[in-house]
Amino acid sequence: MKAKFLVPLFLFFVLIGFLAYGLGLNPREVPSPLVGKPAPQFQLAKLDAPDTYFGLEDMRGKVWLLNVWASWCVSCRQEHPVLVELQRSGLVPVVGLNYKDTLDAAKGWLRDYGNPYVVNVVDMDGRVGIDYGVYGTPETFLIDQDGIIRYKHIGPLNRDAVRNVLLPKIAELTRAG
Amino acid sequence: MIAELGHLALILALVLSLVQATVPLVGANRNRLALMAVGRPAAQGQLLFIVFAYVCLTWTFITSDFSVALAASNSHTATPLIYKITGVWGNHEGSLVLWAMSLSLWTVAVTIFSRNLPEPFMARVLGVLGWISAGFLSFTLVTSNPFHRLIPAVAEGRDLNPLLQDPGMIIHPPLLYMGYVGFAVAFAFAIAALLTGRMDAAWARWSRPWTTIAWVFLTAGIAVGSGWAYYELGWGGWWFWDPVENASFMPWLLGTALMHSLAVTEKRGAFRSWTILLAISTFSMSLLGTFLVRSGVITSVHAFATDPTRGLYILALLVLVIGVSLVLFAWRAPKLSGGGTFSLASRESSLLANNVLLAVATGAVMLGTLYPLFLDALNLGKISVGPPYFEATFVPLMTPVVILMMVGPFVRWKNDDINRIMRRLSVSLIVSIALGLGAAVLIGHVTWRTVLGLSLAAWVLIASIKLLMGRMADRQGASAGARMRGIPASWWGMWLAHLGIGIFIIGVTMVESIDQHVDMKMRPGQTAQLAGYTFTFRSVEGVQGPNFDAARATIDVARGERHMTTLTPEKRLYHAQQMPMTEVSIHVRPLRDVYVSLGDRLEDGSWLVSLYYKPFISWIWVGCILMGLGGIFAAADRRYRKLAERRVAAGALQQTT
Repeated sequence: MKAKFLVPLFLFFVLIGFLAYGLGLNPREVPSPLVGKPAPQFQLAKLDAPDTYFGLEDMRGKVWLLNVWASWCVSCRQEHPVLVELQRSGLVPVVGLNYKDTLDAAKGWLRDYGNPYVVNVVDMDGRVGIDYGVYGTPETFLIDQDGIIRYKHIGPLNRDAVRNVLLPKIAELTRAG
Repeated sequence: MIAELGHLALILALVLSLVQATVPLVGANRNRLALMAVGRPAAQGQLLFIVFAYVCLTWTFITSDFSVALAASNSHTATPLIYKITGVWGNHEGSLVLWAMSLSLWTVAVTIFSRNLPEPFMARVLGVLGWISAGFLSFTLVTSNPFHRLIPAVAEGRDLNPLLQDPGMIIHPPLLYMGYVGFAVAFAFAIAALLTGRMDAAWARWSRPWTTIAWVFLTAGIAVGSGWAYYELGWGGWWFWDPVENASFMPWLLGTALMHSLAVTEKRGAFRSWTILLAISTFSMSLLGTFLVRSGVITSVHAFATDPTRGLYILALLVLVIGVSLVLFAWRAPKLSGGGTFSLASRESSLLANNVLLAVATGAVMLGTLYPLFLDALNLGKISVGPPYFEATFVPLMTPVVILMMVGPFVRWKNDDINRIMRRLSVSLIVSIALGLGAAVLIGHVTWRTVLGLSLAAWVLIASIKLLMGRMADRQGASAGARMRGIPASWWGMWLAHLGIGIFIIGVTMVESIDQHVDMKMRPGQTAQLAGYTFTFRSVEGVQGPNFDAARATIDVARGERHMTTLTPEKRLYHAQQMPMTEVSIHVRPLRDVYVSLGDRLEDGSWLVSLYYKPFISWIWVGCILMGLGGIFAAADRRYRKLAERRVAAGALQQTT
């Protein structure tokens, strides 16, 4: 048996090792490649005033959160109280990106559960969501004064994540700015 | 009751697959014809049971039997019949049954069309296919039973994902699966060759038509899938380097290499161990693709619901199938002698170079697809890899492939004169570059990628014409028609497929270079301009579909004063899943598509509308159709089939010892 004919087998087992290990990992934890990069531009209709548009430029100079949500999303409801608390604290403005939703359902949701957003924009066919690499709702982006994405949270926000991750980062960015 | 019958049939199919996997192999080992002969009826009976199970499953969808969990989650009473039928494979469990059914169809096709194979060889081929079938049937039954009952039954189903309710999705999965799974035949032939020790020209000849047909299916499946993405996803893209797309592209690349390598092994006896390795790796890529899609190690917009036990099961299957074949390869392949020798300037060299480049390209795609996983596993951080990586690695790798692809047919086997080739082709090469540059200037988009793409396309077209003229010149005197008919089908196949790549490159380059797109807010009566076309937004009306409501816009498209067409894009809301969907409307012309998708209605009564101008995009699919046709021609070459039969008969005589 010549050694070179064992090479494919060897490579295969290396691959299998990775694949086996990969089964135990959570691919949903992949952070956005956009972290550290300028947030993709968008110009979308506002939920409550669809004839007016709102875009990235309108938040320039502020540290803010972009929260991707939808009324059909169950885990969005789970994170909702956390967003409401965040809004009451006044520590950071949250812009909602209403993703692949219907206007009536989205408005009904905000009426029923409270509106933690300074403004909501409508991304009904999900194109902006694609630019932002949204895997699923909810996702939250932390964007700084210069429009650079600083952090991405996939899945529902909880109090721990806000207190231990988001707020320290926000404080740091605000100081730096 | 129907569901239980289907379940039982699937279990019986598993039993038969185990018979097929063991008895013929034992027979071949002990040289007992009676045992070897068991393979065929076992394979055919297996097909019968799988088809029966499949029909049962379809029946639960058609009759809206929502006590079956799969039908309840993927169908709805109001779903149109055709989507009830296709809904069967629009999910994990059903698509596995489709996988098993394709494999079984291929196996039975082998028992019918390769009747003339020597019995011990056939027994081993069927044995190998039996093991694969047993693996997938048991996977289905153990981890993903499609007939699982939902008790109590639900009143209404959740409906098939609206994205999949589309004519393209009716044929895309079966084509893709036939392609994926078809490489199992080439794989089984390779393993049988390793087991018997006969890895000669005859073996290559037997494998060739099977490999080519599988490749045709895969080509068609990928093309239909990308066409579906283009008009159904509503944002005008056609390829996204998504992991699941890559999973089908990797076997395609290796399958392409395998087809060419088999040709060399058949004609010249060279590259034998490389061909065997390619046959193993191509099917391994099919399995790897299945693993990636089913296990959830990689996130993708395509991935169905995932489950770690399923991932583990497929991984075990991968280790068994690929691991065992690679061990066999390491053990048996060294005994192969090198085959015919050839010099640097020979058709063998050009084919070998392309083979290596295709294999490297496959590696690059695999690396990009699995890179996030590698880094994560090594604790080096988490990243995702996007289209820029693939474009940056793929273009430089494919450029020499396309150049060499047209050089190869001009070069003689075994040994040729470099100067002769240079004399024949250097002018064409220079003309191609000039044409590419000229065309880029003409469309007003002179970037190196556009020039490269258009030059490559010109090169393929010019070389194709030259090749045809050279071939026609072979028989002076006869009429042009007679001369064309005199050329064997396999040559036409090669010519068409290579021409198809040229057409494909034109489509890709033009779309990437000069497509135009604008998003507008429009009210009835308003007009918009794009690429010299005037779009007039006439009206929007409500429309009722079988399982959705839609708003349908009427948009007139004019060029100058001349009315071109009226487009009617829709925004649909599917009842069951409350999922909004964009139904685009496209005006297709040979040199361009005008593509309109309707966005959302804004409170003030205006609508968001996306307008696209897509030059030459149909050429992408025309190119794929030519490649597919080329494959069909190549597989159908009559002369070559006769030759194969003669050789098989001779081979059978030798084998009787």
